[in-house]
Amino acid sequence: MSKILVIAEHLDGALNPATARCVAAAKVVGGDIDVLVLAEQAGEVANQAAKLDGVSRVLTVERAENAHLLAATAAPQIAKAAEGYSHVFGASTTSGKDLMPRVAALLGVAQVSDIMSVESSHSFTRPIYAGNAIITVEAPADQTVVATVRTASWPAVGNADNAAPAEALSVDAELPSHTRFVELKQDKSDRPDLQSAPRVISGGRGVGSKENFEIIFKLADKLNAGVGASRAAVDAGYVPNDMQVGQTGKIIAPELYMAFGISGAIQHLTGIKDAGTIVAINKDADAPIFEIADIGLVGDLFKVIPELEAALG
Amino acid sequence: MKILVGYKRVVDYNVRVQVKPDGSGVATEGVKLSANPFDDIALEEALRLREQGVAEEVVIVGIGPADLTAHLRNGLAMGANRAIHVTTDAPLQPLTAARTFLKLIEKEEPGLVILGKQAIDDDANQTGQMLAALWGRPQATFASKLSVGDGKATVTREVDAGLETIEAELPAVVTTDLRLNEPRFIKLPDIMKAKSKPIDAIDFDSLGVTSGDHLTTTHYAPPPKRSKGVMVNDAAELIDALKQKGLL
Ligand SMILES: Cc1cc2nc3c(=O)[nH]c(=O)nc-3n(C[C@H](O)[C@H](O)[C@H](O)COP(=O)(O)OP(=O)(O)OC[C@H]3O[C@@H](n4cnc5c(N)ncnc54)[C@H](O)[C@@H]3O)c2cc1C
Ligand SMILES: Nc1ncnc2c1ncn2[C@@H]1O[C@H](COP(=O)(O)O)[C@@H](O)[C@H]1O
Repeated sequence: MSKILVIAEHLDGALNPATARCVAAAKVVGGDIDVLVLAEQAGEVANQAAKLDGVSRVLTVERAENAHLLAATAAPQIAKAAEGYSHVFGASTTSGKDLMPRVAALLGVAQVSDIMSVESSHSFTRPIYAGNAIITVEAPADQTVVATVRTASWPAVGNADNAAPAEALSVDAELPSHTRFVELKQDKSDRPDLQSAPRVISGGRGVGSKENFEIIFKLADKLNAGVGASRAAVDAGYVPNDMQVGQTGKIIAPELYMAFGISGAIQHLTGIKDAGTIVAINKDADAPIFEIADIGLVGDLFKVIPELEAALG
Repeated sequence: MKILVGYKRVVDYNVRVQVKPDGSGVATEGVKLSANPFDDIALEEALRLREQGVAEEVVIVGIGPADLTAHLRNGLAMGANRAIHVTTDAPLQPLTAARTFLKLIEKEEPGLVILGKQAIDDDANQTGQMLAALWGRPQATFASKLSVGDGKATVTREVDAGLETIEAELPAVVTTDLRLNEPRFIKLPDIMKAKSKPIDAIDFDSLGVTSGDHLTTTHYAPPPKRSKGVMVNDAAELIDALKQKGLL
């Protein structure tokens, strides 16, 4: 039977919803699911992880080095903790992508990136070529499967009736001091999180400037939506990097995605393929985004958005 | 200081790759090939560090078949001092690529290794992290800003929460994100000059790398198709359509 270790992702005492999506993938593999929390103080995060449906145990490692998780110091601890597990899963967030290959290399095994579906305990599908092809890959049965789970492909598990027990784990791993955390600059906003919001409004180069982007934010607030952007909009400095949606940005699966002034390059579309309904507003009737949009409107976004706002009241 | 740069050749990002009808692979015959965009960014950053006087030598590394030479000449024309061509016909998985880089590092002893954050063919996003683990050195992935001095690299990283800055003692592995820089264009005279720059060819088998190609791809499928939807004429119709779908 499989024994799966899921690496908890957390920041400021809050468990990232991506972890509940990882657990969803682990449940399809089947077997025991333990969640590992590396933190300076794991208490709060461990409590949240213990509630997740399908989790058997929560393991915590509390060390001063875990105050700000760095791959260089987290990976040796995880590699040690992985002993006896058939699978080690992390989310395909920037943190998981940074960390899991380092874990895999320490264990001397391959890593499966961005699991979209679990075909069997050692067979998975994943995207390549910006999602232009989906491959089925098989990992050897005699090796630990280290993988990242493509969060947009997995709905988060809910909370169980009973909390799983938590245990402190002591891992005997020597941690390097060659890498140091300096700071994290967050754009704090009260808007729904881009990666879990049911509705997302995005703007592209067509929005034209940082000032103009306000109109996207205003509409998003009216619809209680998260806000995303194309690479072109981020590169041009209209919005910060953490808003980029696409192959090399965030992969999202909202119920409603509305793209304003985005042409629909393949690298952008790969980030929204799993959205429920895609709406495109573009003044160019030939824009490629209309080929995949569920609802398209050819028009000037600066005219359409005020009309939408007026109609929404 | 010497900088080693990963310089992979991939299917150009503008090509819409198609899966072969029998599911045995993707059709790559005759399609345009280019440098992995993240590797052009890696090379550009290395060249800037050389121009700042931080580095003396920039060495690009390509692992691939014999006809990789023309691709490596492009990197030399962009400004790399020399190239290492590890020749192998089979594409390598990231763990094997990382082990190969480690062999080269043992010989070249670079102060900094810059790779792309991901190759846009396998979209693996692993090689840099694996290399840093095997080498026992720091990794600074998804870099959007890099400064090097006093024996360390200070790197701003693009992460989901925003921008993270870390310090890494050298030698270290850095992987590039899109906004680190804008790669320069190759000028005609530089193409001529590149012809005389050295390319060391090393047979992959001679390096004694233990293969880490543990994953077997059993099937290729096209992505589920999203069909073309409806067009509406104005904002009012759009709102009606969204209401009908229960989205408003
Ligand atoms: C390696 C690599 C990775 C990449 N990763 C990503 C990624 O993760 N995410 C991503 O988004 N891109 C990514 N890209 C970039 C991608 O190829 C495109 O360049 C980018 O998505 C274009 O952004 P855009 O649609 O906003 O801009 P454009 O393509 O310039 O389109 C702007 C659109 O706005 C429309 N428009 C202009 N004015 C108005 C108006 N007033 N009203 C309505 N419409 C208007 C225009 O008709 C046009 O269609 C990547 C590229 C590479 C090479
Ligand atoms: N065959 C290769 N030749 C040169 N560089 C490579 C090769 N494979 C991987 N790399 C480097 O590793 C990075 C990440 O690749 P990947 O882990 O496959 O997404 C690339 O951007 C390159 O810098």
